[in-house]
Amino acid sequence: MSEIHTELLSLENVHAYYGPFHALRGNTLTVQKGEIVSLLGGNASGKSTTMKAILGLVKVKAGRVRFAGRDITQAPTSQRVRAGIASVPEARRVFPQMTVDENLLAGAFTRNDKAGIAEDLERMRDHFPRLAERRRQEAGTLSGGEQQMLAFARALMSRPQLICMDEPTMGLSPKLVDQVLDEIVRINTELGVAVLFVEQQAELALSIASRGYVLATGEIVLSGSAQDLLDDPQIQDVYLGKGNLAAAVA
Amino acid sequence: MFDTLIAGLLRGNVYALGAVGISLVFGVMNVVNFAQFSFFGLGAMLAWFFVAQIGLPFWLALILVVVICSALGLVINIAVVRPLASFLPLAAMLSTYAVSQILDNVSQIAFTAQFRVFPKVLPTSDFQVGNMRFGTSDLVMLGFTAATMVVMALFLKYGKIGRAIRATAQDQEAALQMGIPVALVQHVAFVIASALGGVAGVFIALYVGIANPTSGMNVGMTSFVAATLGGLGSLVGAVIGGFVLGILEAFGIHFFGDSAREIVVFVVLIAVLILRPGGLLGRVPLISTEPLTGTFLGKGRPLRIPAWVWLIAAVIGGVVVPLFGGDYLLMTGTQVLIYAIIAAGFTVTAGQAGVLALGQAGPIALGAYASALLTLHLPFSFWTAVPTAGLVAAVIASVLAAPIWGVKGHYISIATLGVGTVIVAIIRLVEPQGIYGIPGPQWGGVSLSTPVGFYLIDFVVLLITLGLMWRIRNSHLGRVISSVGSDEVAALASGVRVRDYKALAFAISAFFAGIGGALLAHQYTYIDPTIFTMLMSLLVVTIVIMGGVSLPHGAVVGALVLIGAMELLRFTPELRIIVYGLVLIGVVRFRPGGVLVRNS
Amino acid sequence: MSAHLLDVVGLERHFDGLKAVDGISFSVAPGEVVSIIGPNGSGKTTTLNLVTGTIPAHGGTITLDGVRIDHADTARIAEQGVARTFQNGRVFATLSVADNIDVGLHSTLHASRPFRRLSGVFLLRWIPLLAELFIAVVGTPASRREQRRIEEVVETEIHRFEARLRPRRDDPAYSLSYANRRRTEIARALALQPKLLVLDEPTAGMNQTETAEVLSQLLELKAEGQTILLVEHKLDLVLTVSDRVIVMDGGRIIAQGSPEHVRRDPAVVEAYLGRRRGLGGEPE
Repeated sequence: MSEIHTELLSLENVHAYYGPFHALRGNTLTVQKGEIVSLLGGNASGKSTTMKAILGLVKVKAGRVRFAGRDITQAPTSQRVRAGIASVPEARRVFPQMTVDENLLAGAFTRNDKAGIAEDLERMRDHFPRLAERRRQEAGTLSGGEQQMLAFARALMSRPQLICMDEPTMGLSPKLVDQVLDEIVRINTELGVAVLFVEQQAELALSIASRGYVLATGEIVLSGSAQDLLDDPQIQDVYLGKGNLAAAVA
Repeated sequence: MFDTLIAGLLRGNVYALGAVGISLVFGVMNVVNFAQFSFFGLGAMLAWFFVAQIGLPFWLALILVVVICSALGLVINIAVVRPLASFLPLAAMLSTYAVSQILDNVSQIAFTAQFRVFPKVLPTSDFQVGNMRFGTSDLVMLGFTAATMVVMALFLKYGKIGRAIRATAQDQEAALQMGIPVALVQHVAFVIASALGGVAGVFIALYVGIANPTSGMNVGMTSFVAATLGGLGSLVGAVIGGFVLGILEAFGIHFFGDSAREIVVFVVLIAVLILRPGGLLGRVPLISTEPLTGTFLGKGRPLRIPAWVWLIAAVIGGVVVPLFGGDYLLMTGTQVLIYAIIAAGFTVTAGQAGVLALGQAGPIALGAYASALLTLHLPFSFWTAVPTAGLVAAVIASVLAAPIWGVKGHYISIATLGVGTVIVAIIRLVEPQGIYGIPGPQWGGVSLSTPVGFYLIDFVVLLITLGLMWRIRNSHLGRVISSVGSDEVAALASGVRVRDYKALAFAISAFFAGIGGALLAHQYTYIDPTIFTMLMSLLVVTIVIMGGVSLPHGAVVGALVLIGAMELLRFTPELRIIVYGLVLIGVVRFRPGGVLVRNS
Repeated sequence: MSAHLLDVVGLERHFDGLKAVDGISFSVAPGEVVSIIGPNGSGKTTTLNLVTGTIPAHGGTITLDGVRIDHADTARIAEQGVARTFQNGRVFATLSVADNIDVGLHSTLHASRPFRRLSGVFLLRWIPLLAELFIAVVGTPASRREQRRIEEVVETEIHRFEARLRPRRDDPAYSLSYANRRRTEIARALALQPKLLVLDEPTAGMNQTETAEVLSQLLELKAEGQTILLVEHKLDLVLTVSDRVIVMDGGRIIAQGSPEHVRRDPAVVEAYLGRRRGLGGEPE
């Protein structure tokens, strides 16, 4: 990880809506080059919407999104991918009836350098040997863990500077969860790609992230280094069940 | 027997081309694109025009057809389909239905409705194997299709855009996140589909030797059924479905005559939807994530109509028009009233239960024929025959529609279109000639078969209809039916047997459609199957959508505008249909709740 | 066994090879509040969907009050006395709050839904349907009497959320705030007078105050003796309201017992609270 922190992505006071529902209420966050940052929060807290705002999948009504020094608030998704933001969607979403190789090529859609793409294809096969073995197999027939690796590799095919991952551990067994987290660390250290990921399990997330943001009902309520967050009594309230909501009611 | 098989292959060839296009668009946009149906008719007419009128060589005509259809397809996608498709697949489908009617009628104005003899550009029987005869023309068509399929397959497998089309079809959201410009991909798919539609149209004209502007709907519907049979979204399935259906149809015609064609097609459709909703090769999604039916039309609050407006409307409708209106105004008014009765009864199905049935001409025809036959052959008077006709329409339509209520999403609209078409096709099979001399109403020996007599009778029937519809709407039953249209899953979880209430709503609507049909029959004194067209169904749908799909009184407003105003402005039939289409597109796009509903 | 209201044995469901629910067994006694917790994707909501028949099971049995319901359709299960809410609050958007509750009453009605036993029977199902149509248009003395009861229940349920729903009583549900939709949904479910109330994350997307409100309402229901099966993420709420807690992970039940017991179980701490297991995982 680079010592000199330079800002890669920033959200400044971002608001977003689903119809009348105010899903993001002025979010501000940054990701530095080469960093792993975790987004925490319960269901419907706005984590996924934050990801969508970064990828351009939801309209930002107010505020700004900047990436690598450029204002991308209104840029379409394809331009953002070209600029260096890749995505590992929630629940993996590999293209089930396309082969592993075709999935990887779909990840490189925004690129036109044939030689470079072929080279990266080789690199992915080296990096993920399981995918090399199954290159002609339909992605829908892969196991959950393999699909997750494919989703990672597919995202890397656009040569990103930042990968946004929406709950990469969802629906995986504890053993696979560990593998996936290790893989995130490996992608980060070996390829120098920054990672912003959504996770529901706070301790898992903070075990690999350098920093974290906690969202609740569309707002960032807490942020800081992984260790600070782990020690924070509010986190313990929300995630470790030591709060006394009952007393608040009574 | 072999001749029939060859005929089947050649028809199937056309359906396969069409079905591939339909399947492609459905795959990337989740929209059943009726507009494409028109390209079959349009392609045929354009080719006829270029070859027979201008004298261009056939190959040049074919290229021109491809170019024109592609361009037109692109325009339609940008203007109508894409703005709606991303969030309202059903609205988009409805709009494409309207577009197809507009295209057919523009084409009819341009080329006139005549059946044109398509020139024999290639020999049709210059080969013989055993006792089978076929021609270069047939070989060219089959060869062209085969070549197209191979090129398409390679393009989808190895082309960059082709791969993007597949990715979009399999997971649109994920494709977007990979930086694939989904809008562009959808345009490409639409253009390909439109071009294939045009070519298929040329081929069908080449095969049957006749071209007609409105022939597209039939070929289109059949191609759509072929795509459904193969599995919407699956291109291989579309080809298989096309040939299977072509052969089934050819044998149907061989054994039962030409009127069996539609029955074969729709029986196959309904069977597929029920037995294997994903088609032969398609995959059915596990849980539908969005309620596909109806709901888009429901939001917004109905405008409150003050009592004095009701009163004035009743006085004008019930007193002023019959006292001071001339025969012409009264006859136009009677038409308005009849369509208002049919449409008001339809609101419970389309608005409350959320089933946008596209085949109401079926139950209307049943009512008309039932009342005509009852008064002519059995000792029924007008007064007893009309309500009985409503019951007959409700019972027969319900029996035929019974299998479709489990069908999901907007397939159910298409299934109802099938039911309507089958009803009319059966009537044509049984009673092809039409019925003359249907008696009018009498009271105490006095004939009421006068313009004012019909007007007043229908006015009273409309009042009764509106009263009944309001009573149902404001009852527990009405709320239960509305819950079905609002959210099927939540309705089931509240103990509502969704299928039963859809069936009941449809039966109620069929009853009033039957009454309306019976009133039409007695006013016309003559009926034949050509009166009860898909256009009649479209008109009923347009009327309720215009007025606010779940408001019975909205149907009256819709009928006033779409029947009354059109008649008084003396629009030609073609122009009327174009207006219906534009109204439908405009309302769906800009005022989805209808003109009597405030948007929210 | 008859002491239980709900008995689930060996329940299974897979999606494209992924075992979402992998042979789980549990039971709920009358008057009990049982919660299911676990990480996302652990199979909680799938379990609720299986119990309420929203999706069919691939194996195992579900028994409600001695009646097998694992092959019954959703509407039939609701008629048997299971009412539910959904994770994202599914209300009937075009109906008013009061009318939503009115629909919730559907399966408890007799006079306005005669011959109910014939519903679902081939062809004969039309008899109750047409009878309902007759009652809607003409009415019977019994149906008019029942109409008063319907109104009473609607008022009772609105009264439960007096401050929030009374002012919105006649507004269409799509115009409601998210929290009010969730309240309407619960009111609709309670109108069914369910033997078993199934709640899927009733506080999702709610703030602290709203969550506290839901908690006090759950405690009220519990005091009324309502049996509840609850899926919920907010642990403090779960531990306060539940008699028993079931912990799921990867489609299986990894622990169940009293809140105190579950809180201390090391397996639960590991799976649910997310302590990272040995970096690098196991060698393959």
